[in-house]
Amino acid sequence: MDALYRDYILDHYKNPRNFGELDPHDREWLDHNPLCGDELGVHLVVDEDGTISDLRFHGQGCAISQASASIASEELIGRKIDEIGELSADWLIDLLGIEISPTRRKCALLSLKVMRGAATGDASWPE
Amino acid sequence: MIEAVDSYYRHSNANVHRGVYGLAQEATDLFEGARERIAAFAGGETDTTIFTRNATEAINLVAYAWGRSAVGPDDAVLITHMEHHSNIVPWQILCQERGARLRYLSVTEDGRLSLDELDAALSDGRVKLVAVAHVSNVLGTINPVAEIVARARAAGAATLVDGSQAVPQMPVDVGAIDADFYVWTGHKALGPTGIGVLHGRRALLESMPPFLGGGDMIASVGFESSTWNDLPWKFEAGTSPIAEAVGLGAAIDYLSAIGMDAVRAHERELTAYALDRLEEVEGVRAFGPVDPDGRGGVVSLELAGIHPHDLAEICDREHVCIRAGHHCAQPLMREMGVPATARASFHVYNTHDDVDRLIAALQTAREVFAL
Ligand SMILES: Cc1ncc(COP(=O)(O)O)c(C=O)c1O
Repeated sequence: MDALYRDYILDHYKNPRNFGELDPHDREWLDHNPLCGDELGVHLVVDEDGTISDLRFHGQGCAISQASASIASEELIGRKIDEIGELSADWLIDLLGIEISPTRRKCALLSLKVMRGAATGDASWPE
Repeated sequence: MIEAVDSYYRHSNANVHRGVYGLAQEATDLFEGARERIAAFAGGETDTTIFTRNATEAINLVAYAWGRSAVGPDDAVLITHMEHHSNIVPWQILCQERGARLRYLSVTEDGRLSLDELDAALSDGRVKLVAVAHVSNVLGTINPVAEIVARARAAGAATLVDGSQAVPQMPVDVGAIDADFYVWTGHKALGPTGIGVLHGRRALLESMPPFLGGGDMIASVGFESSTWNDLPWKFEAGTSPIAEAVGLGAAIDYLSAIGMDAVRAHERELTAYALDRLEEVEGVRAFGPVDPDGRGGVVSLELAGIHPHDLAEICDREHVCIRAGHHCAQPLMREMGVPATARASFHVYNTHDDVDRLIAALQTAREVFAL
């Protein structure tokens, strides 16, 4: 069994959850992985009480970035929008459950970066 | 190359064109001697062969020192979809600054340029410059640059050829190609980083203003103004990449000893072998010309169901280093309809065995991805 390309990672890559676009949506963000130019965007629907009631990622990328978006999406629906800015890089990497080498860190973190952008307008890389 | 750089720093280290002491003369002789051999290696003349930091800086030199006066509003600069970012962005900046248009030649399905499209693009007489890669760093395509230069000249346009991928792997005669500007970069020709080369047409270099101002590029400096040094030094402001020139001189001596015809034959043979063997791997699509005679030693590919990044990661575990990404050619990626590619590249040190390992690594990647 591969330490990086685990079965569930490949499953999320091949069958991404919450993938596509949402129209109408309340918030959106689009960003790139500078290493390869891969693109990831997100659409959010936010309830009156600030709960993220629906979300879709879209774009293209490697198995790590796509699986990361898919796995994160399942955790993000139902959260309050103003909690998103607090989520750290470690939160997402723990969630993925695989060792991420420094060269692939941005692949893994792009989904959280895009999500934080949509929630807070902060375009920095998660620490 | 490493020994030449090491020996320069240990035994001959001094600034050039300055001191009257013996060591400074020795450094100057090494530096200018390297220029002479490097110029001859590419078929250029010594005093129109200018050292820059890399190919990118050489192109920027032309864009600023030549382009600012030669390209005006309503003029056009013509480049191609297969250019490296370094042969795109300087022209974008120039065109924005001068109110000129940037035009592109497209790339055919099999990765080539069309000379008919070139003629059509030149026909309204607005094109002031055609800038084109000699060999594409993504597709490997060897472009017919002498023909492109001739047609551009007939239409009144100047020419710049980016030979970064050509000079390292095939015999190049910049005199025969006869472009107004021909640039390349040292680190791809087995040389050190931090040195590039610009071969320019003498009349243009003489009439152009300097690019950067400072020491070495002047004849005399007054309080208000200065006069410029002769070619090539007029375009070499500040302390030169001396060790780098010495190192590049050693690198081209090494290549010359092998013989550029032999280097080219080796590259062609390995590329043909790789293209052939890639057909064994299910789901592989190789980009670029199918005929190995028309391409250099790079093979960009896509493997269905595996992103190039993942492919490069798995190949790396098998000790095969391939590049994954946009290869500094995002417009080309867009034209090809892919976000990125994986690219294997070969040089004199690669063998059939390396290609076999690449093929095995691609098969391993398919297994990991359960394809
Ligand atoms: C075709 C081509 N042009 C230009 C460059 C830029 O070279 P440098 O970064 O050394 O200026 C490269 C190298 O990556 C290249 O392959």
